[in-house]
Amino acid sequence: MMAWIPDFLLPALLTLGFLLGLRWMRSPRTAVRGNRLGALCMALAVTQAFWRYGVFALPGAWTALGLGAALGWLLAHRVKSIRMPQLVALLNGFGGAASALVIAARIPARDPGAAGLAWLTAVAALTVGSLTFSGSLIAALKLQGYLASRPLRFAGQNQLLLSLGALGLILLLVATVTQQTGALLAIIALALIYGLLMALRVGGADMPVVISFLNSLSGIAAALSGIALGSPLAAGVGTLVGVAGMILTRLMCRAMNRNLAAVLSGFAMPESETEDEAGDEAGAVTGESAPADASQIPDLLQDARRVLIVPGYGMALAQAQQAVKDLMDALEAAGKEVKVAVHPVAGRMPGHMHVLLAEVGVGVEKLYDMAKINHEFAETDVVVAVGACDVMNPAATTAKGTPISGMPILRVAEARAVIVCNLDEKPGYSGVANTLYQEPHVITCWGDAAQTVPEITRRFTQRV
Amino acid sequence: MPAAVLLVFVLACAVLGYRVIAAVPPLLHTPLMSGMNALSGITLLVALSALSHEEPGSLLALAAVVLATGNVVGGFWVTERMLRMFHQRGKQEAEE
Repeated sequence: MMAWIPDFLLPALLTLGFLLGLRWMRSPRTAVRGNRLGALCMALAVTQAFWRYGVFALPGAWTALGLGAALGWLLAHRVKSIRMPQLVALLNGFGGAASALVIAARIPARDPGAAGLAWLTAVAALTVGSLTFSGSLIAALKLQGYLASRPLRFAGQNQLLLSLGALGLILLLVATVTQQTGALLAIIALALIYGLLMALRVGGADMPVVISFLNSLSGIAAALSGIALGSPLAAGVGTLVGVAGMILTRLMCRAMNRNLAAVLSGFAMPESETEDEAGDEAGAVTGESAPADASQIPDLLQDARRVLIVPGYGMALAQAQQAVKDLMDALEAAGKEVKVAVHPVAGRMPGHMHVLLAEVGVGVEKLYDMAKINHEFAETDVVVAVGACDVMNPAATTAKGTPISGMPILRVAEARAVIVCNLDEKPGYSGVANTLYQEPHVITCWGDAAQTVPEITRRFTQRV
Repeated sequence: MPAAVLLVFVLACAVLGYRVIAAVPPLLHTPLMSGMNALSGITLLVALSALSHEEPGSLLALAAVVLATGNVVGGFWVTERMLRMFHQRGKQEAEE
């Protein structure tokens, strides 16, 4: 049998197939096709592996495959868009665990004389996989609300994590060189604890960064296990996943003006002094100008020609997506131009807000990313912000030394009038008071957006 | 595959992958991530190869098969559901 076909040609062709599928993810029109091509390539790869490794006759393999398929289908079948982040986090954890388990399964029978590269990658896959598993599990539990989403902090945390990391690197080398079971078990335990501590200290709005990062790690673990156990396809495809996760991690970090290390170490979170400062400042402004009155809202909307909607995660928490869609429909029926301005970190994962709105039927052509829409605020008559705070806080550009200073924001304040439908005037996740609320052209409607937004729609349609 | 060839292959994947994936718009970032969940199930291949060896670790390999298959099926299916949501809306709007 010509060995080069399964060894070289097949992995290369299938990888190209996966790449073409990803290329089709450029547009919503072709993305369905891209996803299906990916699934087809995966099916071919698995069939080929069944044939090549001669596991057709193993009932255990089929049972495990069936169980896994049922598990995946159950998880994915009914999940709502608001729960998408926890599903992705959970699957990140599955990926990490699978890579670690595969290595653990093969290690007892390892040839001690095996090449150094194979051992190093095996131990690295074991480490990264275990870390991804425990970290993702915590992230998923936090997102699901089974664990408090606020960051866990204690004295000496940084030192502890740094020492654990250093110890991990030493153990990695020791385990690679000595190939002792004890060292391997120690590094698994260490990686699990590290992932746990790392994820526990990360809070709600930092989730987009953390999920992207764990997504990347799950790919890296798969790639390492592929290199270690001689599967070029796993090495290549794992690398694709690793790269995608890294791209998204960087985008999310940029959108928050933070670096990965700062997010993972919980650094630059609100210090009590900056919060007080912002509070004082806000208090001072309140005295000067009386904010506009809510009774003007129907008039404002009636006179408006261009309306921009700014959704935040608060909208999803209030389950107000449908209410927002209804308001958009009412405005459009009255001949207004309505667009939605989406900040990259408005949800709990990259692209989350787009999915939440698509779920209730908001057309994708109405969703605009920050970079494309920001110059339009100045020509907008009315902005309706629902459950958004930090992503439109002018303090990000005006104040120095706050957690959001330098973060790119939606320039909502430039619009002629702004209606804010948030739960209360408390600051967002960053803890920085929103100076927007004190501007004279801003009308605030505090309360549950699932009630305040329909109320606006009702009063507007009555007027029209 | 010899180590050097494998290394080149992985690097090529990283470079090509970067170019292709960086072009995915924010609109599709959530489906991209769930699709990546499916692709990280590629470990299934490695798990199947581990199963072919009669050894004490085969229970672990079976567990890996379960989880990796969960990734593949769950990842592709949820991505399909999400993308249909985008696509159908797009079509409806165009027809209206």
